[in-house]
Amino acid sequence: MKQLRSFGAFWYDFIVGDDWRVAALVAAGLALTAIVTHAARVNAWWLLPVCVVGALVWSLHRATATRK
Amino acid sequence: MNALPLILTVFIACVVEAVEALTIVLATGITREWRSTFQGMAAALVALAVITAAVGPAINELPLTALRVVVGALLAIFGLQWLRKAVLRATGYKALHDEASAYLREVTAAQAAEKQSRRGVTDWYSFTLAFKGVLLEGLEVVFIVVTFGDNQKNYGAAVIGAAAAIVLVTIVGIAVRAPLTKVPENWMKLAVGVMLTSFGTFWGAEGAGVRWPGNDAALLVVIPVVAVVAAACIFWLNSRKAALTVSAPQSEVVGS
Repeated sequence: MKQLRSFGAFWYDFIVGDDWRVAALVAAGLALTAIVTHAARVNAWWLLPVCVVGALVWSLHRATATRK
Repeated sequence: MNALPLILTVFIACVVEAVEALTIVLATGITREWRSTFQGMAAALVALAVITAAVGPAINELPLTALRVVVGALLAIFGLQWLRKAVLRATGYKALHDEASAYLREVTAAQAAEKQSRRGVTDWYSFTLAFKGVLLEGLEVVFIVVTFGDNQKNYGAAVIGAAAAIVLVTIVGIAVRAPLTKVPENWMKLAVGVMLTSFGTFWGAEGAGVRWPGNDAALLVVIPVVAVVAAACIFWLNSRKAALTVSAPQSEVVGS
């Protein structure tokens, strides 16, 4: 059980890293892009870059504002 | 896409990983025992070869659209984590990843550990430390090579970039027998973060069904935009730090 947990922790750390919100925002941005592109038939090439930049800025703001 | 940007991206990313692996191997070998360290390194390389052989062909079987979404998401997440750390380090909110101090930490830990023989290995500590270090950093190299190589349908260029990085770092490491402290690691990580985030965003959006204006040429805009955003973040955090220091002079360090 302990080995399984450390195996999971290794992959979590490897893929997600320090801030899971960044991963969640990127995943949400991709899902939203797919929905807008396929359902609304809008070529939303700008949507994912906006989400990516937003994720970076938000994560940096949280990291630096919470521990002054 | 021209092969040169692909080779350079993979090369820079792999130099960073190779320097980290070298730091662990050198610290272990010099302070403990070279034989067990090399055994650990060799075992990790075999494990990496097995993982690559298992994962590589499987990736080729996946539909390109699904692959682009998954790989794009992973690369963007990877790249953003690198960018986040590099920006925090560049602005002093996070301690610089100093290979010299990392080396010293590894050396101290290695000297303190007891020597135990196990499964034909004379020093189990050296073996496991070298194995873990090489496997972890090696996995990142494999991930970069497989994803970049497959997406650009140019494994050769990706392998050349990675191999050149590993050979260069190994030769320099053997020559100086010390961690490569002169490598401006944080700026390289920032550059790699920009490239991974840009490629990840480009492929991820493409996989989600988007048609980029100008097709592949859009990358030539996406990369500078991400670089400018990273630079702006450094400027923003530096300004914020300066403002805080003026209003309330106190030490401020973020360790996340």
